[in-house]
Amino acid sequence: MGLKSWSLRKSPWIFHLSTGSCNNCDIELLDCLTPKFDVERFGIVLVGSIRHADALIVTGAVTRQAAPKLKYLWEQMPKPGLVVALGTCGCSSGIFRDSYNIIGPVDKIIPVDVYVPGCPPKPEAIISGIVKGLAKL
Amino acid sequence: MKTIIPIGPYHPLLEEPEFFKLVVEGETVVDMDIRIGWNHRGIEKLAETKTFDQLVFLVERICGICSTSHPIADVLAQEDLAGVEVPERAQYIRSIVAELERLHSHLLWLGLAGHFIGYNTVFMWVWKYREPLLDLFELITGNRNDYAMLRPGGVRRDIYKKDLPAIRKVMDELEPANEMLTKAILDDPVLNARLKGVGVLSKEDAIRYCVVGPTARASGVDIDVRRDEPYAAYDKVEWKVIVQEDGDVLAKAVVRLLENFESIKIIRQCVDRLEELPEGNIWNPIPEMPPGEGIGHEEAPRGECFHYIRSDGGNYPVRVKVRAPTFSNLPSFKASCLGETVSDVALITAGIDPCYCCTERMAAVYDGSNRRLYDWQDLVRLSQEKTEKIRKELGR
Repeated sequence: MGLKSWSLRKSPWIFHLSTGSCNNCDIELLDCLTPKFDVERFGIVLVGSIRHADALIVTGAVTRQAAPKLKYLWEQMPKPGLVVALGTCGCSSGIFRDSYNIIGPVDKIIPVDVYVPGCPPKPEAIISGIVKGLAKL
Repeated sequence: MKTIIPIGPYHPLLEEPEFFKLVVEGETVVDMDIRIGWNHRGIEKLAETKTFDQLVFLVERICGICSTSHPIADVLAQEDLAGVEVPERAQYIRSIVAELERLHSHLLWLGLAGHFIGYNTVFMWVWKYREPLLDLFELITGNRNDYAMLRPGGVRRDIYKKDLPAIRKVMDELEPANEMLTKAILDDPVLNARLKGVGVLSKEDAIRYCVVGPTARASGVDIDVRRDEPYAAYDKVEWKVIVQEDGDVLAKAVVRLLENFESIKIIRQCVDRLEELPEGNIWNPIPEMPPGEGIGHEEAPRGECFHYIRSDGGNYPVRVKVRAPTFSNLPSFKASCLGETVSDVALITAGIDPCYCCTERMAAVYDGSNRRLYDWQDLVRLSQEKTEKIRKELGR
């Protein structure tokens, strides 16, 4: 494990991007930060800029308008970093697969490290997914 | 001097993508423009490829927070179309799930409003009390959000008698917590100074902009679909509509907090009634869907949710139209935000509890002369041609 990966595993900062989600995964992600699950005790915080983030969490299938923005954000992200596709829509487009305005799941635009399926995934699943992703680094 | 401040579309303050253009003079907002559509998923078109049973699952995914409101409005439209009666037990179950959802949505809003004004204590505190509700949802429906409880003609799952004490327990714990929150928020001098008189939407403006739900009720407009056009079991239980006169953000918070008490009251009465009714009869089958139209209204946590379904007698709907509450509430920013300072705009826009993924229904462009419908590629081509034209005119 290099120095970069080692420092990444302590206190990962996450950036959340909604590319066409229905708010469901988003509020479950926020739920992880509130007292019951409280991932902040591990130093995990939501940050406002992708340039400060160690992990990019993408919720929702990628709409036509969001695809270029997603690619742009990923290019700005410091590497190595973790990309998490949250929810069934992010993993496989789910029920929106046949829509005219959906380009595809997240991994059609950028490489994804961790897939967390579920509609919405439970906070336990989200935490477990991020922990597994960090262990892989 | 006028300055333009762009906010969004992907801004740390905003959960969902949307774009605000604020025109400011000094600190004061003199004009604003909203651009949405980043989240458009083409649900209405997609709905035409689903059968009537599958449609309920699709509309549930319009919005994750109103994930009972859209299905209720949808099944009401389908039942209106087919002319099917819903069993009494199913109606009470619908009311229970809808009111639990209202509780969780109002508490969620309250927490986020605290977060928007930088008062994160409120955010953490309120979300702590919201957590037992989600556990209750998991117990009675099997999922924390997206409950899949509705089906045309009734409900998909029964709430068994062994689960009723759990609902009562959560309500008994939530009532003092909500009372404490109400008192704490009304008495807090900091919150009063920050929320009172901010973003006032007068009654005239509320009527002029056709706002719905808690936004309208906070401005003194006495409307509520649950009372005006009762569905589910709302005409069988005792409750009252909460109306406040002030129209500012504090009034919107008060309306939501007091509505929580009414929701708890409704749930308790429905639970008592479920105890008396025999288990089992929760669904009347719809043998076939006749051709025609059906409409369904539902009071979502954010306001009136409207669904329209047209059928030609086949397995699939021919047209599904959704009007979400935020669609009616959004234009009221023009009345409430102008003249306020930039720092208050985030709070005022959050005051209507906007839900952009509900709102982004449709993107179609008609050519006025020959009534031609443009598709995506056409729009791209038109836009490129225009850019080319402008570039030539500028001589570059």
